[in-house]
Amino acid sequence: MPTIKEIVKQPERLAPGHRLCAGCGAPIAVRQILHATTDKVVVGCATGCLEVTTTTYPFTAWKVPFIHNAFENSAATVSGVEAAYRSLKKQGKLPADKKIKFLAMGGDGGTYDIGFQSLSGAMERGHNMVYVCYDNGAYMNTGIQRSSATPKGASTTTSPAGTVQQGKKEFPKNMTACMIAHDIPYVAQASIHNYMDAIKKFEKAFLVEGPAFVNILAPCPRGWRYPGEKTVEMARLAVESCFWALFEVENGKYRLTGESARLAKNPDKIRPVMDWMQEQGRFRHLKLPKNADLVVEIQEEVKRRWQWLLKLVEASNS
Amino acid sequence: MTRKSMTGNEAVAYAMLQVNPDVVAAYPITPQTSLMQKFADYVADGMVDTELVTTDSEHSAMSATVGASAAGARAMTATSSNGLAYMWEIVYIASSTRLPIVMPVVNRALSGPINIHCDHSDAMGARDSGWIQLFSENAQEAYENMIQAVRIAEHPDVLTPVMVCLDGFIISHGMETVEVFDTETVKKFIGTYTPQNPLLDVDNPTTYGPLDLFDYYYEHKRQQIEGMEKSRDVILDIGREFASICGKTYGHFEEYKTDDAESVILVLGSTAGTTKGVIDKMRAQGEKVGLIKLRTFRPFPHQELAGILGKFKAVAVLDRAASIGSLGGPLFTEVRCAMLGQDSVPIVNYIYGLGGRNIGMADIESVYQDLSEITASGQVKNLVTYLGVRE
Ligand SMILES: Cc1ncc(C[n+]2csc(CCOP(=O)(O)OP(=O)(O)O)c2C)c(N)n1
Repeated sequence: MPTIKEIVKQPERLAPGHRLCAGCGAPIAVRQILHATTDKVVVGCATGCLEVTTTTYPFTAWKVPFIHNAFENSAATVSGVEAAYRSLKKQGKLPADKKIKFLAMGGDGGTYDIGFQSLSGAMERGHNMVYVCYDNGAYMNTGIQRSSATPKGASTTTSPAGTVQQGKKEFPKNMTACMIAHDIPYVAQASIHNYMDAIKKFEKAFLVEGPAFVNILAPCPRGWRYPGEKTVEMARLAVESCFWALFEVENGKYRLTGESARLAKNPDKIRPVMDWMQEQGRFRHLKLPKNADLVVEIQEEVKRRWQWLLKLVEASNS
Repeated sequence: MTRKSMTGNEAVAYAMLQVNPDVVAAYPITPQTSLMQKFADYVADGMVDTELVTTDSEHSAMSATVGASAAGARAMTATSSNGLAYMWEIVYIASSTRLPIVMPVVNRALSGPINIHCDHSDAMGARDSGWIQLFSENAQEAYENMIQAVRIAEHPDVLTPVMVCLDGFIISHGMETVEVFDTETVKKFIGTYTPQNPLLDVDNPTTYGPLDLFDYYYEHKRQQIEGMEKSRDVILDIGREFASICGKTYGHFEEYKTDDAESVILVLGSTAGTTKGVIDKMRAQGEKVGLIKLRTFRPFPHQELAGILGKFKAVAVLDRAASIGSLGGPLFTEVRCAMLGQDSVPIVNYIYGLGGRNIGMADIESVYQDLSEITASGQVKNLVTYLGVRE
């Protein structure tokens, strides 16, 4: 595990000058990922904000081999790259000592929704690859449409808050749980605000033999409607309110990390989810008195999911 | 050469065994399934070096094939019908990325209604996808097309993926005597593959699949079109070179007894074989009938066809796919387009065999009879006829 001092000396593998918005969480995640290994990495990325802003022809921000294929197939595509690597190495067409890591990425739309099947298949087939979902809670690239990662109550362009509807009606899919259910060697949830926690998880993910999945919360100022300089704070509040837990599951054993580990010990430090929501324009309507019940309902569900996670931690370690 | 009893799917799988691709990704669908099952046996018995990626869908199969090919592997997949439709999005991405993938397409009717039997609607649906499309008359040709396809796709002037089409069940499951080459001959013919800018050349990183807007997309499409155009000669060159190992030359099409023919049928795939049988029978009765069996639907040999069709008295184009709302089937519109300005020859269209509807010798004979009536009367009664349908 490198220290922050060592990390800043590593060459950047995502060049500056890409066209992501100021305050975007995604490139922070990418830097954390690429700092987590000194091996060569081949990166695949689904269609979405990250891909379109880093590869506008004839420019590329990627100093590593990179492939974008389509929206729903980042995992399948990288599984082909990884299979090629195994095949060519086995045949002596690549040097035996050539160590290459494989990374597939997608936004929450490309992961929770349209790329779900492709991801599930790639994980089940056991490819030696890391899949990272940068979760910004909506289809941002196409203009903030709801995804199955969008929190309940969030106003998006396809789940707007109106007179009879108060933003998205459903709670988000528990995607990390879906990936844990694949019984792969390593699954984790991270957040861009906790740099070292995230890097440690990516490092483990790369070291694992076989598939690994990391879901990293990557706030989006445009979609969440907060000023760009508050991205790190938005990510931290999501964790401090237990909306987004930091944890990892290594060979079936759950372990809380970072702030989440501390909050499990000091539950009175857990902040109300409204502390997080009230900073974001997408939840503005939840401050209306008529939506008080909805806020209670959201808080209950956040609590229920947190308690369930604590039970899983306990059960898997006993 | 060795003679073996094989189905078309087995013959194609055998070609794959001899080519020994680095990666194959596939998903089952009738009538392709038995092809990949056979290949999976070769993998299981260690007879190939291939990594076989058995994906969750055809969409993922094509996606993984694209990934593998971009990585620098010789990569293949195979499919039929709905499987091809399901991978359609990535079929275009494969060709625009200029990846020399080879894909057997075991032709089957597209749903709906769902049907598992042969027609060409699957391949025709992908006719604008930028893939080279080679059609096969029988298992022998499917086998030989597979071997040539590797060379065509990988040719530096072409770098365009190839579909090797074979009629579902009729060829894929029909048992034939196939003459196969020894593997050394095949290996020598296809040579080793040197990919350009592969992903796995990690010391020289390349970005694949960038966002390509109005300032470059058009030029890239133009280059892609040029690759397809260049393939015309490459296909002929490789076909001629192939003659040195098999004694038979492959071109864009084959002419059968056309020298003095008056009535000619133009058709794709296994129906060419049936038509040859009809021709032999009718010629014994003194009828001047002939056949043009098209091998390359993409690139379409407009010029070459225009150069020869003019000498016949009447031509029937047989389409095993409809292009609903168009004037006749896809092959017909291409042929008519090729013959633009040459109005002297009546050219008519027959849609046939949809969803595997049988086409027998009597059906083909009736087409030749229609053609001689057209020649005699100088009049075309039906430009488009639906052969063998209950109206
Ligand atoms: C098959 C297909 N459907 C839809 C789209 C349009 N599309 C492109 S990116 C995108 C949203 C991406 O959202 P997400 O995966 O959450 O990533 P983000 O843009 O938020 O980073 C959509 C809907 C597409 N490119 N392909």
